[in-house]
Amino acid sequence: MSNQLVMYEEELQQISAICDVLQRDSNAKAVLVIDKNGQAMAHSGEVEHLDVTSLSSLTAGNVAATGGIAQLLSEKEFAGQFHEGEKTNVHISIVGARVIMVVLFDERSSLGLVRLRVRKAAAELTHVLEVLVKKSEAGNQPSVFAEITDDDIDNLFND
Amino acid sequence: MSFINYSSREINCKIVYYGPGLCGKTTNLQYIYNKTNPEAKGKMISLATETERTLFFDFLPLSLGEIRGFKTRFHLYTVPGQVFYDASRKLILKGVDGVVFVGDSQVERMEANIESLDNLRTNLAEQGYDLDKLPYCVQLNKRDLPNSAPLEELTDVLNPTKVPQFEAVATKGVGVFDTLKAVAKLVLTELKRGS
Ligand SMILES: Nc1nc2c(ncn2[C@@H]2O[C@H](COP(=O)(O)OP(=O)(O)OP(=O)(O)O)[C@@H](O)[C@H]2O)c(=O)[nH]1
Ligand SMILES: [Mg+2]
Repeated sequence: MSNQLVMYEEELQQISAICDVLQRDSNAKAVLVIDKNGQAMAHSGEVEHLDVTSLSSLTAGNVAATGGIAQLLSEKEFAGQFHEGEKTNVHISIVGARVIMVVLFDERSSLGLVRLRVRKAAAELTHVLEVLVKKSEAGNQPSVFAEITDDDIDNLFND
Repeated sequence: MSFINYSSREINCKIVYYGPGLCGKTTNLQYIYNKTNPEAKGKMISLATETERTLFFDFLPLSLGEIRGFKTRFHLYTVPGQVFYDASRKLILKGVDGVVFVGDSQVERMEANIESLDNLRTNLAEQGYDLDKLPYCVQLNKRDLPNSAPLEELTDVLNPTKVPQFEAVATKGVGVFDTLKAVAKLVLTELKRGS
């Protein structure tokens, strides 16, 4: 499948580092990077009390719905969203067309600061994602599926 | 769209349960959720109306064990079956790795089944997918009801290409895990084939 997303150790470290810097520089509570289909890729900050899996799926659904609305209005994708809560605010932006960056922040930060820092982080993230896509498309990385046999797959389902 | 994470050693895949309104898609996920060990599942999310009809999707993240040191994680989604939610169905299909079509065995739901199956094919095609090339299983649900159509008739109409097919009573769990395992296996086999 050509549109498969692959993550390698090297790029994950780079993406995590981008999250860390963004979280610190924007005084955010947490930063999450999610693929558009709802898979969590990386995060930083206070995530112990967060259900990252659910949050990722719902955010991706939300972005997909908003994208659908944009299409109906003949708009290009809305680049971002902002939700203001009593304690926590959420800033959502699309990066490099296939990844979603979520910043959770409170009164220790501000929307202006988050926007500013997100812009910088998004540029860096776009670059890493481009490298990642090239790397996985080049097909010269060892694939886990080269080792997996049909028997391995069968065995997974024999209980 | 599968997501292979070599860093955390995970294989992530997306499976979508499709079918007409009230055929039992949400019931499938609820049964799976109830029968799965806490450590193998995440929270089940249902975006539903007040009358428990799926409004956008149900979501259930599930681990099905390890292969060669890689965790296999499946994200199960259902679509809203009601006809007028078509825009939402299209969104849920994005990035799908495997599909289960849940048919409603009741005679009077035959037309709704056919319409939904056509709709599945159309919506997949719109995104460049061909149902005949995707990992795909058919579940004939509500086999317990007295007004259910004969199996051969349902098979002819809803499964002409003879993909793996399962009779089910989702409320009691009959056929639910068989269906899930079959589609998950097809997904992994396809990933292997495509690599
Ligand atoms: N008798 C019987 N009832 C079933 C079976 N499976 C599901 N039901 C019932 O059918 C009704 C609808 O089930 P859902 O799982 O909500 O249907 P759905 O496909 O998710 O419907 P939408 O969300 O509208 O698309 C519920 O009342 C279920 O209890 C079955 O195998 N037999
Ligand atoms: Mg439902």
